[in-house]
Amino acid sequence: MAIWLTENSKIIVQGMTGGEGTKHTRRMLAAGAKVVGGVNARKAGIVHEGLPVFGTVKEAMEQTGADVSVVFVPPVATKAAVKEAIDAEIPLCVVITEGVPVHDTTEFWAYAQAKGNKTRIIGPNCPGIASPGASNAGIIPADITTPGRIGLVSKSGTLTYQLMYELRDFGFSTCVGIGGDPVIGTTHIDALQAFQDDPNTDAIVMIGEIGGDAEERAAAYIEENVTKPVVAYVAGFTAPEGKTMGHAGAIVSGSAGTAQAKKEALEKVGVRVGKTPSETARLMREIMQSR
Amino acid sequence: MDLFEHQAKELFAEYGIPVPRGTVAHTADEARAAAEQLTGRVVVKAQVKTGGRGKAGGVKVADDASDAHAKATQILGMDIKGHTVHKVLIEEASQIAEEYYFSFLLDRANRTFLAICSAAGGMDIEEVAHTAPEKVAKVPVNPIDGIDLAKAREIAQAGGLPDKALDGAAALIEKLWAVFVDEDATLVEVNPMILSADGQVKALDGKVTLDDNANFRQAEHAAYVDKAAEDPLEARAKEKHLNYVKLDGTVGIIGNGAGLVMSTLDVVAYAGEAFPGQPKPANFLDIGGGASAEVMANGLEIILSDPSVKSVFVNVFGGITACDAVANGIVSAFQLLESRGEAVTHPLVVRLDGNNAALGRQILADAGLPRVELVDTMDDAAKRAAELAAVGA
Repeated sequence: MAIWLTENSKIIVQGMTGGEGTKHTRRMLAAGAKVVGGVNARKAGIVHEGLPVFGTVKEAMEQTGADVSVVFVPPVATKAAVKEAIDAEIPLCVVITEGVPVHDTTEFWAYAQAKGNKTRIIGPNCPGIASPGASNAGIIPADITTPGRIGLVSKSGTLTYQLMYELRDFGFSTCVGIGGDPVIGTTHIDALQAFQDDPNTDAIVMIGEIGGDAEERAAAYIEENVTKPVVAYVAGFTAPEGKTMGHAGAIVSGSAGTAQAKKEALEKVGVRVGKTPSETARLMREIMQSR
Repeated sequence: MDLFEHQAKELFAEYGIPVPRGTVAHTADEARAAAEQLTGRVVVKAQVKTGGRGKAGGVKVADDASDAHAKATQILGMDIKGHTVHKVLIEEASQIAEEYYFSFLLDRANRTFLAICSAAGGMDIEEVAHTAPEKVAKVPVNPIDGIDLAKAREIAQAGGLPDKALDGAAALIEKLWAVFVDEDATLVEVNPMILSADGQVKALDGKVTLDDNANFRQAEHAAYVDKAAEDPLEARAKEKHLNYVKLDGTVGIIGNGAGLVMSTLDVVAYAGEAFPGQPKPANFLDIGGGASAEVMANGLEIILSDPSVKSVFVNVFGGITACDAVANGIVSAFQLLESRGEAVTHPLVVRLDGNNAALGRQILADAGLPRVELVDTMDDAAKRAAELAAVGA
């Protein structure tokens, strides 16, 4: 078992016929994910990669029973695509697209709230979610790890992969890449809560980076609500103030959002914070071995 | 991207927001000429993209044109929190009756927008927010509902603005919301928003941050790029669509994925503490998940043309693109650079991990590239790169 994405999840891909959509649909299928169709209003009715292409998310859901959508459409069309998924009330919408204007993200988030919050949004600008051995929705490489009992939530894609790989002998229940944009759908706290409630997750790795105060809020949440062991890593200790380093959300302004402040907040509530990704993996290894 | 005050005010003026008349001057002579045009008392304001300018002496009142020349001479070239003043705004002096604070910004924690308004505006607003938070109204703004005149008036009232200022403030706030939305801003701040002696509400200062992700629909924002302040290497990297930030150390860094590269900077900085001169990262460079040979070559070229670089650390996790493909990319990059007449002379430490890591390492070893060392783990590779930079220094 896993959180949010299981072997029974039926996935549709919004933007499946594009370059990235095609490439990653193939990869998801190869990883054993049940991809059941694609959505493209202009190409409805065709068959692509052996899968039917529908005109709308609603139609795709009605025809295939899909309950997960992965969004690969370009930034200019992302807001409309996500709003369409929200209107169709699909339970999970994973937005991979990088470079979405923050006004658009803020708007589709507000739209999801106004529509009763029936769709869980992950991303944008994220690698997606993978439950190793069960399913894969997004671009996380499936073959770098194994199924197991560690849960992982991360702002960063490649750091997610790094930890998945280093801990591949223990394996993971679910790995969630929430993305590094200033406004995102699913947060560290959402994932921590789900892992705490998941009977098949024993311990949690949390990866954060500079900018915002999501890690500080996660620390407060852990103190009150999480009894499973949590190990954390924070990237960006040496990043200079006011410089954007790839992730639009990873920017330090003034004294707020520094890696040091995040580390201190997490350590204060008993979370062990690794100095490097490898040390973080070692800390988790110790926890799993002592079980 | 942050705008200069004068750019923010030009933008405000396009939206019908009242701002004082003013002209930008790059020299003291230009400042004199601008002051002559405006007549009367003027304010000479340093144009820097940082706060605390007033307290640093970057804003001065001048009685006439020759005084403006003198004040501009003092301010131009001044260093304010690491920013050199290259231009000043010469503006008509306003008759200020009261000073307020107003801003719209992104509220990351609550995933919405926020309006902040206070009757206690001016240079000490941060102090007020700290000591008397009840004087600073923070009103969430739903992006779907937006701001109309009635809502704008409510916010001004919540901020404690007096009745005489409400109409003017509401009109200004409604227009400022249009700037915020239509220009894809993540911050528009007016501090102070003033009530003038003749009862007008005006934006006496302006701070605007634009969302670079929206550039595809904000073509005119390209004009705001401060080319003079751009690092030449950053400018070249940008032309090649590389995600590069110049830093002040000696270890060149290339990696794939923003988080991994940020982490690499940290690990190299820690490792450097053990060596003479304490080598630090020379740059941030994320070549993304794909990492084709051409992108790798372009990345290496930028880093090797940085004269402060003594060693290079290539830190790649092979996920979507497996390590054998990355290794082939590095080999091709060397050939490509050689064909461009730019042979690699710096030591290069490569760490490949992830899918097909062994195969990737084998490819690099077989290629017999000059000055390339393979190290298995990120931590050890960081140490080696720092050591090589220390020796080369």
